[in-house]
Amino acid sequence: MIEMQDIWKTYADGTTALQGINVVIDRNEFVYIVGPSGAGKSTFMKLIYREEYPSKGQISVNGFNIGKLKHRKIPYVRRNIGVIFQDYKLLPKMTAFENVAFAMEVIETPRRLIRRRTMEVLELVGLKHKAGSLPAQLSGGEQQRVAIARAIVNNPAVIVADEPTGNLDPETSWGIMNLLEEINFRGTTIVMATHNKEIVNTMRKRVIAIERGTIVRDQARGEYGYEI
Amino acid sequence: MRFSTILRHIREGFKNVGRNGWMTFASMSSIAVSLFILGVFMLLAMNVSKLADQLDSQVQINVYLQTDTTEAKAQEIERLLKRIPEVKTVTFVSKAEGLERFRDSMGEEGRAALDGYDAENNPLPDSFEIEAFDPQQISYIAKQIEAINLTDPEKSIERVKYGKDTIEKLFSITNAVRNIGIVIVLGLTVMAMFLISTTIKMTIIARRREISIMKLVGATNSFIRWPFFIEGAIIGFFGSLLSAAILMFGYSQLVESTSATVGLYMIQFATMDEVMSSVGGSIIGLGTVLGIFGSTISVRRYLRV
Repeated sequence: MIEMQDIWKTYADGTTALQGINVVIDRNEFVYIVGPSGAGKSTFMKLIYREEYPSKGQISVNGFNIGKLKHRKIPYVRRNIGVIFQDYKLLPKMTAFENVAFAMEVIETPRRLIRRRTMEVLELVGLKHKAGSLPAQLSGGEQQRVAIARAIVNNPAVIVADEPTGNLDPETSWGIMNLLEEINFRGTTIVMATHNKEIVNTMRKRVIAIERGTIVRDQARGEYGYEI
Repeated sequence: MRFSTILRHIREGFKNVGRNGWMTFASMSSIAVSLFILGVFMLLAMNVSKLADQLDSQVQINVYLQTDTTEAKAQEIERLLKRIPEVKTVTFVSKAEGLERFRDSMGEEGRAALDGYDAENNPLPDSFEIEAFDPQQISYIAKQIEAINLTDPEKSIERVKYGKDTIEKLFSITNAVRNIGIVIVLGLTVMAMFLISTTIKMTIIARRREISIMKLVGATNSFIRWPFFIEGAIIGFFGSLLSAAILMFGYSQLVESTSATVGLYMIQFATMDEVMSSVGGSIIGLGTVLGIFGSTISVRRYLRV
């Protein structure tokens, strides 16, 4: 599903974020990416949804070689990847419904289908009754649920979640994690960067630890921690 | 692009106008205000040009005959004058009429000086007033009249008067006024464009984050651009419609309240019909185009995320 071969990333200002990353993530896996701040976690995630491109090496997602991709083609690759962020990244002037529906409008889904499917995923994340609310009228946990609904509405093959529980209290975080686990159970690959030790240690999924731009540990049913 | 997507973009454009209430208001007012100023100058330029036309048409040639010219000879000359192709009208002014007019044009005191003169000892000659189709050809016509006189053995035409200097000065002034008017209007158009695009750019900078989110969800550039395009058109259209309405209303009030006074000086304002179709039409057209360009050009800068 996701394959990286000897990936290097150096930014324009000269900082090297990744140094020779090799990793294969299979279909339907649930992977935690852990590591200290500035270790290259975010760069790793950004490469997957093509916010950044590698300076060197090969990366393919869902069968597409996305290392060398024309600007014009980027939107089409992103449609197969659901993204979830710490700061939710909802469109502030659109309601929960409109935010989710937007992802479907982008791929020119017929309007009737948009209505049905949007309400369906809002129900799945438990926010059907808040469909008409603006993001500002929702709590952090609710906003993140809307973001998740938007991420899954087009049935993407992969979901990339960059610290999705970073701004949420423990109880709400667990609600989000249960939701992600259910989505994974339904067949979606999930790659999630996190600092939440409790979640990683309880859920016991594959853990990839990144430090100083390299993978220092890749462990099935692993625990939190990145000290070598 | 599917038809339903086109409808979606139009719907979204209208919704955005409402969603961005204050920013919409700012852009609309900037369009309305700058086009209003532009419109005022356009109206001014139009009326100056109209005034110049009216002055042009009042330019005439006076042909004075010798005082001893016979009536038959005068008629013959009139025929010759009418034969000049550039001449529009030839009006005969008899010496009696000439004296009457002279008397009218003088003030109280001057009139007294003319008291001694009557039909018997009228010192004035018969004359013709000649109007040209094109005022710019006045001096050419004058030359032809002088040529007629050269072939006339009696040399009945005493003088051809057309205020050479005055006319040329008038033309240079009206032409200058017209040219300056065009320059001012063009300058204001550029300024309006700058002001409008700056305002719209600011509203879009505020929406940079939205654009980047849309891209993360997989929206293509054109998908993002279309609603902005529609939104710009709506803002431009309604902003300029507002300024056109205010201009037209103000102008009609002005014309109505002053026409009685100004009419005395034989001056006419540009009519509402003329103003509506030229100034009103071009302001609304310009506003809409500016709105579209302002928003699409500005949104382009943020699409390379």
